[in-house]
Amino acid sequence: MDALIAQLQRQFRDYTISLYQQGFLDDQFTELKKLQDDGSPDFVAEVLTLFFEDCVKLISNMARALDKTTGTVDFSQVGASVHQLKGSSSSVGAKRVKALCVSFKEYCEAKNYEGCVRCLQQVDIEYKALKTKLQDMFNLEKQIIQAGGRVPQVDIN
Amino acid sequence: MAEVLRPEMLDISNDTSSLASPELLHVLAVDDSMVDRKFIERLLRVSSCKVTVVDSATRALQYLGLDGENSSVGFEDLKINLIMTDYSMPGMTGYELLKKIKESSAFREIPVVIMSSENILPRIDRCLEEGAEDFLLKPVKLADVKRLRDSLMKAEERAFKNMMHKRELEANDIYSQLKRAKI
Repeated sequence: MDALIAQLQRQFRDYTISLYQQGFLDDQFTELKKLQDDGSPDFVAEVLTLFFEDCVKLISNMARALDKTTGTVDFSQVGASVHQLKGSSSSVGAKRVKALCVSFKEYCEAKNYEGCVRCLQQVDIEYKALKTKLQDMFNLEKQIIQAGGRVPQVDIN
Repeated sequence: MAEVLRPEMLDISNDTSSLASPELLHVLAVDDSMVDRKFIERLLRVSSCKVTVVDSATRALQYLGLDGENSSVGFEDLKINLIMTDYSMPGMTGYELLKKIKESSAFREIPVVIMSSENILPRIDRCLEEGAEDFLLKPVKLADVKRLRDSLMKAEERAFKNMMHKRELEANDIYSQLKRAKI
């Protein structure tokens, strides 16, 4: 069983590091992990769940605001939702989503419709990709625990 | 600083370098973002604070009894040691909340910290001028909260020491008067 645990822990460590290296996550995610302990073992998962719910809601708001069939586009409304998404992605360490929000905000301010639509599509793809990656990471954690091991602290530096 | 942490709640020992048990600081946190509320609540709990979180400045005022719907009767026992509020919120902003708190006689002594994701110098200046204790850039770090907590505890310790020192001086003064009067 120990060999299995060691292997799973290695997989987990490598996978986590890759998420940082590929820019999916940044230091803020590390900060979130610091706040998790045996008393609140699901804290990170809970915050990320709230974040992904936020993504769905805000992206839907942006899509509605960018819908030309309902009249003229209100870029300030789009911008307001982008600002909120930028805030939450920053708070959870969702690095790529946050970076996209920065460009998205600029397109809103420039009232660049095509730019906004492109960003909207990308943000949708990006948050879903992160969701999948994190799901895989949480699954690895579960497997380690089920095998009787502890989830290792991963030192990113 | 007004008696938001009364001295009798602290261990009156000669070793004033360590303030009592982590006598719980009660923090009121205000943020319209669900993600940020969950985050700040955990951050504060991990830092041994008692936390009340609300989702708007209006609700914060309701909680403090400053919304005009209530007199301040019943709110004198409300012990808040620190208010942390997001700057950009729909309806009333954190800045407007700061002003309302500083205008109130009951709560103006409570330190108010503004949190913002944007590093805008005029905004920071405006908040500090209005009496904000500090301005934190989001996302807030554990180290920020620790620093805040330590500085609040030190301020309480200083106030307590000053009070004790004053009592000592008064006691010495009375003693010398008595000696002179040869009583």
